Amino acid sequence: MTVTTNKVVDIIRQVSDPEIPVLSVMDMGIVRDIKVDRDQVHVKITPTYSGCPAMDMIAVEIKAALQEEGYESTVELVLSPAWTTDWITENGRQKLEEYGIAAPLEESADKLALMGEERIVTCTNCGSKNTKMVSQFGSTACKALFRCNDCLEPFDYFKCLK
Amino acid sequence: MNNKVFDYLLLLGDSSMILGHRLSELCGHGPNLETDIALTNISLDLFGQVRNYFQYAAKLKGEEITEDKIAFLRYPNEYRNVLLVEQPNTDFAYIIARQFLFDAYHLPLMEALSNSQDETIAAVAHKSIKEVRYHHRFSSEWMKRLGDGTEESHQRMQDAVDYLWPYVGELFEETPLEAEMKEQGIGADLAALKKQYHENVKAVMEEASMQIPETPFSHSGGKKGIHSEHMGFILADLQYMQRAYPDMSW
Ligand SMILES: [Zn+2]
Repeated sequence: MTVTTNKVVDIIRQVSDPEIPVLSVMDMGIVRDIKVDRDQVHVKITPTYSGCPAMDMIAVEIKAALQEEGYESTVELVLSPAWTTDWITENGRQKLEEYGIAAPLEESADKLALMGEERIVTCTNCGSKNTKMVSQFGSTACKALFRCNDCLEPFDYFKCLK
Repeated sequence: MNNKVFDYLLLLGDSSMILGHRLSELCGHGPNLETDIALTNISLDLFGQVRNYFQYAAKLKGEEITEDKIAFLRYPNEYRNVLLVEQPNTDFAYIIARQFLFDAYHLPLMEALSNSQDETIAAVAHKSIKEVRYHHRFSSEWMKRLGDGTEESHQRMQDAVDYLWPYVGELFEETPLEAEMKEQGIGADLAALKKQYHENVKAVMEEASMQIPETPFSHSGGKKGIHSEHMGFILADLQYMQRAYPDMSW
């Protein structure tokens, strides 16, 4: 049985990032290459952070999702080129915001935000720009912790990585 | 040649692994929630980088070598980490001083290695730069906050730096292996890093209202496998599962 790349993409799209379940691994931009060789699928994925503990699980889940549809696969971890937050799709950014995680800003704005010099990260709860970084390290390696000075809710910010 | 690269990967990986382990000891013990999370996040980054080095090392060696065997099944004198990273978590000032003195070295090291002739080392280093930049920013800020804080915090921060300063020299002591790797274009030029290091440390320490110690004495030995009394305890913890249940996996 030969499978098309489009079909494979559709299957892999069902696999989500275990730490941000609303986001598909396709939207995260961590699937770097898909090759189909008759009924054998080769997938290349790249980690967001070197120590991302989700990578092994993501690899297993991609293989399982493909197997469920009857396709054998190999999943290879590649380090270069290094992942950047630019690879998160527009759809992915939107889903992040809806989920309550502020999407990454561009790099220069990100630096100012993380140094607490500029109020530019918008509260995902009330939309206020009057927010403050509480910690540049958040609940996972890819996030920083913010608090809104208006509604007082804490929220995560997805750090820019370039 | 592959054997030399293998040894170099262990030299690079061991310092990150032992520091990562020291930081992991703080999980749930940080002075407050934010720093607890930050320190364990840094630990996780370091372990991720170590896995990249050791997976590559295992691939070069072939045979029955795995990343776990490299990480867990060596004797103390086979580890090549610098002595600085095995120093204990005496208090928060020591944790920050150790981190800053390492980060200020780690960042230019990764920048240099991102130009390595060895493609995999270059890729691992390139990936690490972005993470180490966050580590360096975190430790620099705490140096300033405590060094330039109250009289008490200043004194304790200065005491920690005074105690750890004699471990800095070893970072730049070039072993024959590092000299060879540098000549091959694979490794970093430590003499070049040293200049950058001292400029950065001076700038941060000045802003933190702290004095750079003037001790001529320098500890060394870690890179040759001669470790401090702390190493045995660290390895007893680190290796327990693999020694008690050989080849176990999660
Ligand atoms: Zn708000």
